Amino acid sequence: MSGADSARPRFKRGDAVRVRAAEKPGHIRTPWYIQGKTGAVEKVHGAFRNPESLAYGGDGLPKPCLYLVRFAHADVWKPAGRASRDAILVDVYEHWLEPA
Amino acid sequence: MPRVHDRGGWPGAGPIDKAEHEPSMWEKRTDALLVLLTSPEKRVMRVDELRRAIESLEPRAYETMSYYERWITAIEALMIEKGILTHEEIDARVKELNERGR
Amino acid sequence: MHDHEHADDHSPHAPLQDTHELSYYERRAQAIQALLIERGVVTADEVRRAVEDMDSRTPAMGARVIARAWVDPAFKARLLADGKAAVAELGIDTGPLITLVAVENTERVHHVVVCTLCSCYPRTVLGLPPDWYKSLSYRSRVVVDPRGVLKEFGLELDPDVEVRVLDSTADMRYLVIPERPDGTENFGEAQLAALVTRDSMIGVTKARVPEPV
Repeated sequence: MSGADSARPRFKRGDAVRVRAAEKPGHIRTPWYIQGKTGAVEKVHGAFRNPESLAYGGDGLPKPCLYLVRFAHADVWKPAGRASRDAILVDVYEHWLEPA
Repeated sequence: MPRVHDRGGWPGAGPIDKAEHEPSMWEKRTDALLVLLTSPEKRVMRVDELRRAIESLEPRAYETMSYYERWITAIEALMIEKGILTHEEIDARVKELNERGR
Repeated sequence: MHDHEHADDHSPHAPLQDTHELSYYERRAQAIQALLIERGVVTADEVRRAVEDMDSRTPAMGARVIARAWVDPAFKARLLADGKAAVAELGIDTGPLITLVAVENTERVHHVVVCTLCSCYPRTVLGLPPDWYKSLSYRSRVVVDPRGVLKEFGLELDPDVEVRVLDSTADMRYLVIPERPDGTENFGEAQLAALVTRDSMIGVTKARVPEPV
């Protein structure tokens, strides 16, 4: 984990998480296509400064925990026909995640 | 409705044009400028601020400007926002450079 | 005579004479750079050195890393555990702002990397990204239809291979370790590195297959 001012990670590898769907103004790094979708934590990256604050000259503190979250392609895009076993993996900050 | 930079799954995307262009000198210098301005030694700005400034472009501008055109536009906006340069002095220098034809 | 410094005058790469009309943006870039140098925010020398550093970073750097990982399983394990430290063993400095993460392609799992929100790319190991990687089209399509995009790059994968699209939304920069091609058992590192293309380290293709003897 990086950063002495970070709290303990809320999630661990394997946890099912849902991405918040939010009409949040300003700079965010959560792509629209995963908002509201459910995935699983693939990796806990550790604490990193919050880009939503850095983008406006803030210090990005306290550092949120960052996770690599894995989504089944079929869950994200709901394609017609047979689902592939493909996946989309996205780095998501903890405050965008809730337990699923 | 996703914002213009939030491009995953954007409809109407055509085949991928694989042609590559060697960046011109001004593009490389713009890139270099960003690296220097965001370096921990200088910390004049953050990459996050550049992204935010680019995301603030009018959607049509975002979609039609080239990659480094977006960058230099964002760098200019941030230099002005941070009070490091003014719009007037940049305009004046552009005018001077144009008149000198260099 | 005016006393302005211009980076153009100091760069060995400046065109001898601009015979084309400078675009609006090129002119603004020139003005901004000149003013920042005058203001002491950057120096002409720093700009020159930053451009030289950029020019020195090419996919050949990444290819050396991949070749080393192919021949040395302990190095590959270190690369997968800590990309920054591992590539530093080969003299590559990934700098303080990003975290390099290597991901491994196998016959069962195929990773491909994108940044849908902008253009994040492991520049410190591969150099500047190709235009297509930054294009609106790639950013849009590869998360929706990765196999369609791979097919455009000449790669068709079996349905039972798992394609994993990595969307670089934060400080991680993903480097794909492509599969080592068959028939390279006796290849040295330099020969192996020659098979590793930039596109295979992004994940839109596999590494090149050796020429038949």
